Amino acid sequence: MVETAASAIHGAEWTIKELFVYPNEFIYWSIQIVMYPLMTGLVAGAFVLSSLYHVFKQDDLKDIAKFSLIFSFALLFAAPMPLMFHLQQPQRGIQVFFTPHFTSAISAFGIVFFTYYIIVACEIWFVYREYVVKQIKALEGKDGFGNSLLRAIYRVFSLGVHDISEQALHRDHKAVTILAGIGIPVACFLHGYAGFIFGSVKANALWMTPLMPVIFIMSAIVSGIALCILTYIIIMEWQKHRAKSSRKAWGMSAEELGGAEVDVIRKTSKYLVGFMIAAITLELLDLVFRGYTSLKSWDILRSVIYGKDFVNIFILQYTLGNLVPFLMLVLPGLSVRRTAIATMLVLLGVFMMRYNVVIGGQAFSLTFAGYMHYHLPIVPHSMDTYKEGLLGALTIAVMPFVLFYWINKALPTLKYK
Amino acid sequence: MSDNCSRREFFANALKLAAVAAIPVGALKILEPGEAKAAIAKTGVRWGFVVDTYKCIGCGFCVKACKNENEVQYDAPVSRTWVERYVIKKDGEMLADTPNAARDGFTTSKIHGQAVPDSEISKAFFVPKLCNQCDNPPCAQVCPVGATYQAPDGVVLVDRTWCIGCGYCIMACPYGVRFFHPKYKVAEKCNFCYHRISKGMKTACVDACPTGARMIGNLKDPNDPVTKIVLNERVGVLKDEYGTKPQVFYLGLDKNVR
Repeated sequence: MVETAASAIHGAEWTIKELFVYPNEFIYWSIQIVMYPLMTGLVAGAFVLSSLYHVFKQDDLKDIAKFSLIFSFALLFAAPMPLMFHLQQPQRGIQVFFTPHFTSAISAFGIVFFTYYIIVACEIWFVYREYVVKQIKALEGKDGFGNSLLRAIYRVFSLGVHDISEQALHRDHKAVTILAGIGIPVACFLHGYAGFIFGSVKANALWMTPLMPVIFIMSAIVSGIALCILTYIIIMEWQKHRAKSSRKAWGMSAEELGGAEVDVIRKTSKYLVGFMIAAITLELLDLVFRGYTSLKSWDILRSVIYGKDFVNIFILQYTLGNLVPFLMLVLPGLSVRRTAIATMLVLLGVFMMRYNVVIGGQAFSLTFAGYMHYHLPIVPHSMDTYKEGLLGALTIAVMPFVLFYWINKALPTLKYK
Repeated sequence: MSDNCSRREFFANALKLAAVAAIPVGALKILEPGEAKAAIAKTGVRWGFVVDTYKCIGCGFCVKACKNENEVQYDAPVSRTWVERYVIKKDGEMLADTPNAARDGFTTSKIHGQAVPDSEISKAFFVPKLCNQCDNPPCAQVCPVGATYQAPDGVVLVDRTWCIGCGYCIMACPYGVRFFHPKYKVAEKCNFCYHRISKGMKTACVDACPTGARMIGNLKDPNDPVTKIVLNERVGVLKDEYGTKPQVFYLGLDKNVR
């Protein structure tokens, strides 16, 4: 009887209390709230990477720009999913759009999210219009269900605009530049505002800082670029493998592909390092400031940061997730393998940063005299332990890759001529 | 439709019709004169609460009564109200606990399994806790759908049919009074037994307290015993620094109270 009542309490399953904690305190925001800023961060980062080419004419990013744009779109579909997994009443989630309460940071979600969604969708339309129109012509009269289905999809995508004269393409190009330009601040807002959701919670001593939105934006761009590079490497390695075993992939030999690949990742990783410096500087500034001003909450914060969460913060996040990949990326003679490992470590670092903010912010009680320990549910035995457990988080993590795979079938992102 | 209705006119009229149809019927509800007055006039009531910590004996009757009154599962570790025990040692160390929200009172003198000899204790006391019905409630501010709101008489309420269960209000409350209701799966908190006070009754906890440590009253009525205490005695509030303007006032509040 006691057990059933206790397990019905949301949060009781994965929270262990220590010392003096208010009775109603549990770790209410768990792994899905770690996943949410991670996903929106990846969306924003991937988009900024593609915009660096479209707006700022960074020609060295030309090859990865299309790819990161489509990847951003795939991630965008997956980004609200952690929230749906987290809500106690997911069927009412739509009310945020219909009855937004504008004093709440979350209420802007619908507006910001859809604005961004429309911008990305429009940009993709303009970027791929030429390709799609050509495909409609190329697929004309070809047999087979796959071909006719693809052609039907392309026809819908083209929205009946089949003009690919030089003039029209020039206009497309202009539209892409404008959309990407508007998209950058909106992408930053999408994620900066996720930081605001945390930074404005005055009841939480760890979250409450005006730096939070900026820290979130910087780490978002870092994670987005890292994931784009990593996925790019995986795809290129696969193509190289294909080129070696069979004839040629995209009409190129394995050596040619390899050369193009190293070129792209070396250039892209420079931007990654730049944004990493910005992100780490801000995070350290926040930490130093807290210690220096040592407000009422500092005693318990210090015991969490330097004691209970030491491994999570200083080993996994700062050392393995920031310092090691930073050194790997700046040392001369950057290779594909080294970049792949470095970007994986960067992604670990950003994940740990989200984890240490979300879970770390609930590791101490509002009494400042007790602690809460989080135990991630591994094997689910109820809907709650699935949704807010390891499997739920993995479901969310896999989602954008599956979406990307299917979108990539119709709108190929990496085609070399 | 007559023959001389042009296509342009037809579309214009269709648009107008669609616009009119889009206005929800609920938005056109006509209020009774009394309802309209109540909706715009400022109410003469502001509910407030006084806790006299000198009188609290830590029996936990208030917690029991609250759980029964407000259908919060008896065995669930959450509660709309609870009682904390503070033991301050002579060396200044503070120990505090609230076993099972003090539903059954304090049945052992051990705190977190640790026995404290009487000779080491400088002072010890109980502090009942409940929602502060803040004048500047952060929970109502952060609710993304407006499911949590402040009634004109100051009490902060939750609409169980509208709450989406995001937990932002739980995070925003510095007092930890909010939790997810085990059965309804929406945000839950003390509402001063709104169903009782709006009918002229006292809250369940006030009625259950054997020592009169809890009092509820109308802060806008200068003759109300609660108002008199707030105006004339030296009262404190919890966590003033958050700017929430709590409306639960404590007599004998110690600096150790969290």
